[in-house]
Amino acid sequence: MKSDDLESMSVLADPVRRDLYRFVAAQGRDVGRNEAAEAAGIQRTLAAFHLDKLVDAGLLEADFRRLGERRGPGSGRPAKVYRRGGPERTVSLPPRDYRTLALVLAEVVDRLDGDQEGQEAARRTGERLAAASEHTTLTDVLAERGYEPYEEGGRIRLRNCPFHVLAETHPVLVCSMNLAMCEGLLRGLGEDRFTAALDARPGECCVAFVAEDITGHIPEGPSKNNQD
Amino acid sequence: MHLAQLNVAHLIAPIDGPELADFVAALEPVYAIADSAPGFVWRMKRSDDPTEVIVHEYGDDLLVNVSIWESREALWNFVYRSPHLELLRRRREWFLRTAVPYTLMWWVPEGHTPTLGEAMERLESLRTRGPGPEAFTFKEFYEPGASEPSLP
Repeated sequence: MKSDDLESMSVLADPVRRDLYRFVAAQGRDVGRNEAAEAAGIQRTLAAFHLDKLVDAGLLEADFRRLGERRGPGSGRPAKVYRRGGPERTVSLPPRDYRTLALVLAEVVDRLDGDQEGQEAARRTGERLAAASEHTTLTDVLAERGYEPYEEGGRIRLRNCPFHVLAETHPVLVCSMNLAMCEGLLRGLGEDRFTAALDARPGECCVAFVAEDITGHIPEGPSKNNQD
Repeated sequence: MHLAQLNVAHLIAPIDGPELADFVAALEPVYAIADSAPGFVWRMKRSDDPTEVIVHEYGDDLLVNVSIWESREALWNFVYRSPHLELLRRRREWFLRTAVPYTLMWWVPEGHTPTLGEAMERLESLRTRGPGPEAFTFKEFYEPGASEPSLP
């Protein structure tokens, strides 16, 4: 664990900052000060203060951009906008380092050509995780697992890859295992209204959930087979 | 400089057989994605029919792709962050596993289009001498002019 990661986290001790951070991160796009202030229910100047603190800590990135359609003279100064910062922050007390071991194991599985076994294990893990979850809907379980689900064009897409570092170093292995794990989540939930498929695009998780119902309507409500 | 790329794959069955049907059906949409991908520059092709694979002297079972991209990121995003990823996931259904490297990259001056012979020589160099500035991989990547690989 790097000490500056712990410093970054301490910036989030303020509940207003946590709200602002969560809001900006959840949008998946640039967010202006007014919008963030409104979402947090605070004044614009106070929001600006907290947003800039989050930038100083590296949790958000700031940029200047013209908001709205107006161009040219009279359109005003570019507005300051915010988005989630790129670097990962990990805090583990006492220090633990699962990442390095995961990288070593991924290397081994690749060399042994163990894709298939990796996918089977990931599918079983997905089933277990879903069955053990307190949540009963697919989006809640995905949110709990850190995938940051959102709806787009009748699909559930995932804004965040929880396995990002490994998906960069061993993309085929890790993305195939992630797909299998998502299939396991569906099975563990008894959710048969969706299928998981690879639908990779830059900057997001490689998996999307496609509604079996071809009208594009995302079904809602619990579907987990409650067996206890 | 532009980034040139070669990948080879040994087919498990004839390209026009039923075993390869799903793969051949995917060629047209996936090449269309490559051709319109950000940072795509050029690819070697036999004709405008994407199912007509490149004919060469390295064996009928060997499928080859040679292409040029503006940057590492452009190539990476096409290979791993587009529908091409699904083909890689299913590669064992269509291609033999090889213990030797099957893909490599090298830098070319803008405007240069490599021949297959040049690309295959570089693959041979990667296989015998390991990665270097003349033939490298995503895992051990060399920036233009660098003599040491960049850290991931």
